[in-house]
Amino acid sequence: MPGKIRSRDEIIAQFKDGQTVMCGGMHNHGTPNALIQCVIDSGARHLTVISIDSADANLTLGRLFHHRLVDKIITSYIGRNTEVVAMLEAGEIEVEFVPQGSLVERVRCGGAGLGGVLTKTGLGTVVEEGRQIVEVNGTGEKYLLETALRADIGLVRARMADPLGNLAYRGTMRNFNPLIATAADLTLVDADMLMDVDEIGIDRIGTPGVYVDMVLAK
Amino acid sequence: MIGGFMGCGSPHGLIDELVRQGKKDLTVIANDTARPGVGIGKLISAKLVKKVVASHIGTNPETQAQMIAGSLEVDLVPQGTLAERVRAAGFGLGAIVTPTGVGTVVEDGKRTIDIDGRTFLVELPISADFALVNAKRADYRGNLSYAFTARNFNPLIAMAAEVVIAEAEDIVPVGAIDPDSVVTPHVVVDYLVPQEKKNG
Amino acid sequence: MDIRNRIAKRAAEYFKAGDVVNLGVGIPGMCSDYAVPGVMFHTENGFIGVGPAATGVQKVEAFSNASSTEFVPVFGSCAFDSAESFAIVRSGRLAATVLGGLQIAENGDLANWTRPGGKFGMGGAMDLVNGVRKVIVAMELCAKNGSPKIVKDCSYPLTGKRCVNHVVTEQCVIDVTPQGLLLVEVLDGLSPEDIQRQVEPRLIVSSSLKQMER
Repeated sequence: MPGKIRSRDEIIAQFKDGQTVMCGGMHNHGTPNALIQCVIDSGARHLTVISIDSADANLTLGRLFHHRLVDKIITSYIGRNTEVVAMLEAGEIEVEFVPQGSLVERVRCGGAGLGGVLTKTGLGTVVEEGRQIVEVNGTGEKYLLETALRADIGLVRARMADPLGNLAYRGTMRNFNPLIATAADLTLVDADMLMDVDEIGIDRIGTPGVYVDMVLAK
Repeated sequence: MIGGFMGCGSPHGLIDELVRQGKKDLTVIANDTARPGVGIGKLISAKLVKKVVASHIGTNPETQAQMIAGSLEVDLVPQGTLAERVRAAGFGLGAIVTPTGVGTVVEDGKRTIDIDGRTFLVELPISADFALVNAKRADYRGNLSYAFTARNFNPLIAMAAEVVIAEAEDIVPVGAIDPDSVVTPHVVVDYLVPQEKKNG
Repeated sequence: MDIRNRIAKRAAEYFKAGDVVNLGVGIPGMCSDYAVPGVMFHTENGFIGVGPAATGVQKVEAFSNASSTEFVPVFGSCAFDSAESFAIVRSGRLAATVLGGLQIAENGDLANWTRPGGKFGMGGAMDLVNGVRKVIVAMELCAKNGSPKIVKDCSYPLTGKRCVNHVVTEQCVIDVTPQGLLLVEVLDGLSPEDIQRQVEPRLIVSSSLKQMER
């Protein structure tokens, strides 16, 4: 039973110019590399990318920037990727920085149907620019409003996936992936292993299949 | 704060001990008050509770009776909002901003925020002095894992209280729960209590 | 012992058994070599139990720290997603974080993520300084060009306001107190005046000033 398992061609057909794409992984680890290749092969351009960092030059997620497919990135760090730093200095890419903990909360809110969260992170720093400062009833404490983020497509790397789209992660390859899986209109998965239904183990499931649209066939 | 959903996944041994000690005037934050004589319902039956923050009390006529008699204050919070408010406390956030309850009684007295033309409620964190957690397995360091639907509110409350006491069915050596199966990291857990074995 | 290891060793003295601690890159990352047994290390990408650097078959993608180095997990580790990772950070579950510093102000303001006009991003630093119970800055006392890094007011973009607790350098240890910067340790062979010459704000010299080992 194929369930949500889809061919490479079907997945490539999902990418269009101008889409917002969220991508899991951090510093080249836990990145959905087979799906990144699908983006490149689709020829889609002018993308907006949401990710924790921009990986290394021409490695994993960094390949999208190397191929000049990205107009804007919302991220917490680009310092490892010399190509993205050079593109930013040349005005060839727009970069929006968000503190890492706030970035993941914004994506979590996008996935959980919330409008945003109030956080102390970034108060008194450049992060305040363009953000609403909210004083909480009674306490008078000040917080920054961080609003929800969603994307057209979410690219997720999992250790295991079953035909219902249930996913399991391993170690620090989990990172941003379970959050991204919740926050995109179309969630695509690159799994190391395809399992039978119920093979993963109910308590071991990190992302319920209800969030997942397509799993890349092996 | 007490874990469990209609008694499933509640720390029954810890609840029994609270009843035995007769600690009074408690504020209980939980999904529900279960049924009379079951789970959190035992605290209600023993008249130890002054205030309940829950998503519903419809399954426990004793809770309703005490509320009508004026001896028990009940604060009803939409279930998803209750989970998120507890999470906000546990996650070190100032509030969450949710569409749930806009235009209903839940909105009364609360601040609203407009984001891109849509109205949201600002819902403040809920924390507690103690969290009483039920886990399937714990290692001696305090890493916890849960079984099926007994998970419910437990991992959330484990993040959100000053002192976290976990009652576990099995307490196993450190390393016996593999890192990917840990749901509540030991760093939030203060005390472990083995669950009394009912059979065998 | 070289300067960097000396700073790391001294910063690690703030940890005690049972603590869960987050380390930044560079000198802070070296603190794990000097921590007492029983300290566990947290990494932003979702793990408590970061162990020694992995070699050979131990090197797997699933166990890598926030600076992309593969590690061997220690006994009793746990894995979680980025949101829970920062929940643990913001809600005060970490006993300490050791970070690098570009500038520290008299009032405890920290600038460590970028120089003015820098374009790399703040990563997880702003969350760390807003929740961890003890913020320790481990750095060399002066910049490479000799200019002071401990200043009256930070001119670099801030990571957080009034967030630093301790500053450990190769020449001294300074505590941030409500009264100002308190000099608590000075390297063997140096005087408080030697330190004062290399920082902008007036230092308060502790009445129980200790000697820092070379």
